[in-house]
Amino acid sequence: MEEIIRFDNVGLRYGTDREVLSDLSCSLFAGRFYFLTGASGAGKTSLLRLLYLAQRPSRGALRMFGTDMMTLPRADLPAFRRRIGVVFQDFRLIDRLSTFDNVALPLRIAGVKEHELAGPVADMLEWVGLGGRAGARPATLSGGEQQRTAIARAVIGRPDVLIADEPTGNVDPEMSLRLLGLFQALNRLGTTVIMATHDVQLLRQVPDSLIMRLEKGRLLDPTGALRYPPREPVTKPEQRRDWRRAPVGGGA
Amino acid sequence: MTRLEALRPWLGGDVPILPAGRIGGPLPWLIALMVLLVTVGLAGALVLAGLTRAASAQVAGSVLVQIVEADPAGRAAQTDAAAAFLRTSPAVAAVRVVPQAELEALLEPWLGEGLLAADIVPVPALLDVQTTGTIDARTLRQLADGLRAVAPAARLDAQADWLAPLMGAVAALRYLAASVALLLAFVGLAAVWLSTRFALASNAQTVKIVHALGGDDGQIASVFQRAILPDAIAGSLLGAGLGAAALWLLGDRFAALDAGLLAGGGLGAGDWLILALVPVGAATAAALTARVTVLATLRKSL
Repeated sequence: MEEIIRFDNVGLRYGTDREVLSDLSCSLFAGRFYFLTGASGAGKTSLLRLLYLAQRPSRGALRMFGTDMMTLPRADLPAFRRRIGVVFQDFRLIDRLSTFDNVALPLRIAGVKEHELAGPVADMLEWVGLGGRAGARPATLSGGEQQRTAIARAVIGRPDVLIADEPTGNVDPEMSLRLLGLFQALNRLGTTVIMATHDVQLLRQVPDSLIMRLEKGRLLDPTGALRYPPREPVTKPEQRRDWRRAPVGGGA
Repeated sequence: MTRLEALRPWLGGDVPILPAGRIGGPLPWLIALMVLLVTVGLAGALVLAGLTRAASAQVAGSVLVQIVEADPAGRAAQTDAAAAFLRTSPAVAAVRVVPQAELEALLEPWLGEGLLAADIVPVPALLDVQTTGTIDARTLRQLADGLRAVAPAARLDAQADWLAPLMGAVAALRYLAASVALLLAFVGLAAVWLSTRFALASNAQTVKIVHALGGDDGQIASVFQRAILPDAIAGSLLGAGLGAAALWLLGDRFAALDAGLLAGGGLGAGDWLILALVPVGAATAAALTARVTVLATLRKSL
């Protein structure tokens, strides 16, 4: 099983305050589904910021995709960020862009030609049930539609890792399950999913998932499952990446 | 396809990341004002440079010899002797004894008619000497020594010497004008820097999103660079137009002074070419300043 993220005694502090994350040591493996849980203020968002490379640890070692992130030159970070999809809790869609352009943004950043991106973006919008809303601005979308736009934007670049911060925090229970279905579908296609949530009901919906629990900035791993996951994920190599073969019909 | 071409559809163009592809409201006016002032300041420096060149060329090879003798007969004899000596000197190209009538015409406004003719007021005889080249101090001293041997009342002045303080003052004015133009250019770029910082702060959330999606600093800087370009071009063209109008008006006024040394003070074709480069340089510098500002600011973040 391929180790794609490794924390060794990682600590994080902002300025001169006390550490918000302390002595984090764990490994995350390709193709697994991780839930990140913990009370408010436990450090979930800080840990996610480390994972999507918005922050470097204050101490310890962090390796991602086999590369030391502590010493990686700043100019090399964007290439790694393109391998990570992020769904922010507050969506962070760009108001001035249409749904289509928001979803196309990662491809344009990656230098994909205009005539090459129109098809994949349209397919992706269909996949998340927003085929008819391509021209709409975020302000005119419902909360669920904005959430699915954010998810589509996060996965359009076919990232190796998908990070979602409370993606079901602003939607009703039915929509929560539908969104979880999207994440599971992506996970089945080989994407490693790390999802922060307060919702214990969701944990039960993904039997193969591993749970990362934070308490006061420290990671609990009593069984060692984060270091040594129990078994291989269900994904077969030939299934990875081709999300268009597995529509989930997540319309709301 | 370059990275910029790949990003073109959303770089403030078809897909507006920044509002309406603009950086800030007053920026075009600020750039216009700066281009206008830089154009006028630079034109002043160029005119003064031309004037200095022309005046220096006029006086560089000129030496004035005065025969300061009260006795008219002695003055005439020494004038002839001095002229004869000068004509044999290898450093002298031409000697012209300024005619009495010309001297009278020069002094008449101050002394009135008839005084010179009657020799009531003794006026020195003048010899206008053109040297073979720019005369140095050593040659001038040799000429003066030789003159004193044949005409003891002779006094010799290189025109460049007495014009030197004036030329120095004009040169100082020229450097002042050029410095003011340079300072104004810096003020203009500082305005662009401030506007870009403001625009960057206003769009901080968008920048964070683009960063999180894997956008690099160069891509973000290109967005701002392209956004400022329309403002910079519009402001530069407006400023250049106003500058050209101001120069035309000033030129019209100065044309009335077309006399003496001022005759060499116009703008040549090369000068106009330099002035035409001001708006081009301003627009380019504004875009580059925006880029450098964004890159320098983003470098402080992760």
